[in-house]
Amino acid sequence: MSLNYNIIVGLEIHVQLATRTKMFCGCELEFGQPPNTRVCPVCLGMPGALPVMNKAAVEAAILTGLALNCTISRFTKWDRKSYYYPDLPKNYQISQYDLPLAENGYIEIPLEDGTSKKIRIRRAHLEEDAGKNTHTLGNFSAVDLNRAGTPLLEIVTEPDLNSPSEVRQLAQELQRIVRYLGVSEADMQKGHMRFEPNVNLHITQDGQVFKTPITEVKNLNSFRALERSIACEVNRQLDEFLATGKTLQIGNKSTYGWDDVNQMTVLQREKEEAHDYRYFPDPDLVPVAVSDEWLSRIASRLGELPLAMQQRFVRDYGLSDYDAQVLTAEKSTAVFFDAAVRCGAQPKRICNLLTQTGLKLANEKQTTVDALGISPGRLAALANMVEAGQISATSATVIFETMTQTDEDPAQIAEQKNLLQKNDAGEIEALIEQVIWENQKAVSDAKSNPKKAKKAMGFLMGQVIQKSKGQANPKIVAELLNRKLMA
Amino acid sequence: MNHQIDRQLVERAALLSRLELSESEIAQFSTQLSAIVEYIEKINTLHTEHVEPLAHCLPVHNVLRADEPRGSLSNAEALANAPDTIDGYFKVPKILDDNSGA
Amino acid sequence: MSDFQTALELRDAIAAQHCSSTQAVQQMLNRIEQVDPTVGAYLSIFADRAIQDAKRIDQKIAAGQPVGPLAGVPVAVKDNLCTTFGTTTCGSKMLEHFVAPYNAHVIERLQAADAIIIGKTNLDEFAMGSSTENSALRKTVNPWDSSRVAGGSSGGSAAAVAAGLCAASLGSDTGGSIRQPASFCGVTGLKPTYGRVSRYGLITYGSSLDQIGPLTRDTADAALLMNIIAGHDSRDSTSASESIAVKPDYLADLKQPINGLRIAVVPTLNAGAEASVQNAIEEALKVYQSLGAERIEITMPHFDYAIAAYYVIATAEASSNLARFDGVHYGYRSPNAGNYIEVYSKSRDEGFGPEVKRRIMLGTFALSSGYYDAYYVKALKVRNLIRQDFVKAFEKADCLMLPVSPTTAFKIGEKTDDPLQMYLADIYTIAVNLAGLPGLSVPCGFDAKNLPIGLQIITNAFTEDKLLRIGQMYQSVTDWHKRNLPL
Ligand SMILES: [Mg+2]
Ligand SMILES: [Zn+2]
Repeated sequence: MSLNYNIIVGLEIHVQLATRTKMFCGCELEFGQPPNTRVCPVCLGMPGALPVMNKAAVEAAILTGLALNCTISRFTKWDRKSYYYPDLPKNYQISQYDLPLAENGYIEIPLEDGTSKKIRIRRAHLEEDAGKNTHTLGNFSAVDLNRAGTPLLEIVTEPDLNSPSEVRQLAQELQRIVRYLGVSEADMQKGHMRFEPNVNLHITQDGQVFKTPITEVKNLNSFRALERSIACEVNRQLDEFLATGKTLQIGNKSTYGWDDVNQMTVLQREKEEAHDYRYFPDPDLVPVAVSDEWLSRIASRLGELPLAMQQRFVRDYGLSDYDAQVLTAEKSTAVFFDAAVRCGAQPKRICNLLTQTGLKLANEKQTTVDALGISPGRLAALANMVEAGQISATSATVIFETMTQTDEDPAQIAEQKNLLQKNDAGEIEALIEQVIWENQKAVSDAKSNPKKAKKAMGFLMGQVIQKSKGQANPKIVAELLNRKLMA
Repeated sequence: MNHQIDRQLVERAALLSRLELSESEIAQFSTQLSAIVEYIEKINTLHTEHVEPLAHCLPVHNVLRADEPRGSLSNAEALANAPDTIDGYFKVPKILDDNSGA
Repeated sequence: MSDFQTALELRDAIAAQHCSSTQAVQQMLNRIEQVDPTVGAYLSIFADRAIQDAKRIDQKIAAGQPVGPLAGVPVAVKDNLCTTFGTTTCGSKMLEHFVAPYNAHVIERLQAADAIIIGKTNLDEFAMGSSTENSALRKTVNPWDSSRVAGGSSGGSAAAVAAGLCAASLGSDTGGSIRQPASFCGVTGLKPTYGRVSRYGLITYGSSLDQIGPLTRDTADAALLMNIIAGHDSRDSTSASESIAVKPDYLADLKQPINGLRIAVVPTLNAGAEASVQNAIEEALKVYQSLGAERIEITMPHFDYAIAAYYVIATAEASSNLARFDGVHYGYRSPNAGNYIEVYSKSRDEGFGPEVKRRIMLGTFALSSGYYDAYYVKALKVRNLIRQDFVKAFEKADCLMLPVSPTTAFKIGEKTDDPLQMYLADIYTIAVNLAGLPGLSVPCGFDAKNLPIGLQIITNAFTEDKLLRIGQMYQSVTDWHKRNLPL
């Protein structure tokens, strides 16, 4: 018996847009407020209250659509999706049905092997979020409508994802994109990004292809849960197929939840309920027409996207893929890095300074590297001092830290702190002579004992630098020492 | 198309619109809605292949609001008409299923 | 009481200090106490509040301070307009104790005009009906004959004006709900162009059809009220901005007759009305012809489909608009609900009356999968055809004249068992809402039973100024609108 399978995953992603106010009313969006205090007649669904569309939400959605290489609808409208649930005060959700704002795009995701893959985007539309039902221990549920009316961008991919890690890569790449665009904080813990994967397997058994029933997984609140839930579903579906032979049929889509404690998917709903959402155009709202002029004004805010930037850093700056990825994780870091390089410094030096010192400091201060108080020009100067051997890497860290506190350039600081390296060959040569005289055993090991040569050489180096009180440029020491011993 | 609004259709519409109708209401609505729908059928005698649906008479689009806060109600105001509340929340009998659809 | 004053007359008398607002309001309250137990026009009366407001206005006038255009004049508003004072019931058990957290736009405008809101008037539950018999809270009768209906759904507003229980009132019109009761009660009623008056705070029935308008003693009062309530409101996306239609001064040129007025009539349509109504319309047309108007006979080929299209569109929108009344966030909650689903289904079954449920059911059906295209989309296409009929009519004529209703006020209980017969009586008013046009009802005679008959005048969108002038031409040479009740 031969059996192999392909994993087929499509994602539905809800991204909360970082507008100041809600989608159809002037209530402020603030996380963690007391219940039902960021509500008004409109978002409470009070009788007679009417929605008015937030322009910033439309623009954020269009911007994201453009970043996802979508076609932007030039004419779109708002539809009502009807269903009854206590967190939905009007008992309909204002959404977009047949004319989504964006369609037919793709997202390019980096894969673990350094290549990339295009995942098609079917559509992206705007809709309002529901409130929150809290299920208590008591015999009742409590409803908070602070979140009701929050603008969401719902993004639907084609089922182009073929492994748990691809799904995680897509999720992370999307997070990076929306943060670059500034359209969402994309904080998973605050529920700013919610993923609902649709998973099934195409199993080839004895030359015949079987498709397992599609399951939708809900309640995923971290990238790890997302990745693991798919791995779980793969195993579960495979087992189920082998045990029952059940295959995909219309209507047998079931819903699973993610149990984070037991790290497993749990059946929630066997069959897709006979939903009839009765979509129809919302008569309280008017359509949106996107003109060329408006579209190009929004497009001008696009800027370079993270993956393109990452690839450019590898291609033009000779960075490793890993370094480029670290630098482009946050837009502020990437832009700051790029600016420093453009000030005329060696990219790898800047990269090291930023990744080894800058990010650590920023993290400690809970800020971003561009907000540490150092200009890209000074960072470039610091990198150039390291490059020229004027200071050691260790000193560079000290100077970096000092630069965040004072308004002095790195050379000044190096001088004040006496961190400038000795590059004077004559002075260093004298020290070397002294060390050779004092360490005859090591010298002979370095010269003629292949087993111990490397260690002996290191020892001698250390002695010279110690005698210089750490100020001798190691590069020059190594060079001169080598020449002496070979002589 | 000729749609007799039978009991099944009435029950389905009642379920979708969350109306727990009594037996007599179901019977009455079957009769009345059948007569109304039969009358409404006359629109299907018109040829409208080249007619655009007119959802709205106002020729306007792009009514958009600046993203500026306008103030909210206090918790007490928000809950003033609520049939039941608890600790600043709307209170409902326990929700056991997950029918959130957003 | 003889010779009820118009709002304009009363305003001028108060401004000239011939009488005080306090006196006027007190007289009105006395009359309400005396007459309203029989008429049943009001659902709530704000006696203390009204007297307080009146005293404040009197003080302002006495101090020579500037006052608004309705200063001190007692007015009534339909109880589907949200007010922070008193309840806003919509004539429904569902909202019997509902206190709105905000004022409707028109309420703000009335208050800014220094009008005294003395009470809120009865209506068919959620404005669904043509007789006010569907109110769950009170019975309203026709002041001309207490065995007959006042019309609906703004029956309370019409009866209040007719019986001299307010100087003027506001109603709402979705399919004739201002014009038909105005006609039945012998008062002037104007349904403005869709978008002319903000719907913010009007409890929605059919969002794309609803408009608020005045019910008054004559066209001058209607013009006065339009000056106050019309105009753009940024809280209603469907409110017309100045760029679509400038708001004129409706009172300014009111007395200027229109030279060379061309009146379109549809003989086949008029033939559907009872003889007394047909005769009164013919006589009214003769009056216009004597004033130099030209009569042009036209056809309206799709008028006959208006009721069918209307009962699909209005109920579809209503089924969604009324979904919010669920016993969760406000309004009636059934004490018999065991679980949260029953909170919905029992509260709605017990809280809504039969006509509301019937329309919710019909609208739900029209939007449900399998029927959406055949009913809802088809009705929207028919709506377009009806609008095109009007466009063609206004190429030939300045206005269209036809009856408001095929009959005068019918007996209470006469049509309650046959909803379809009740719907069919809306034949003359409904097309105007579908096309979003302004329509005016002016008294034009009495039948043999001494019941008022109304003439309906329709003009192009956003030409209420012209429409009111056409009405004024008639009222300047007739006195039907000045006839007093046989009390
Ligand atoms: Mg959605
Ligand atoms: Zn709000």
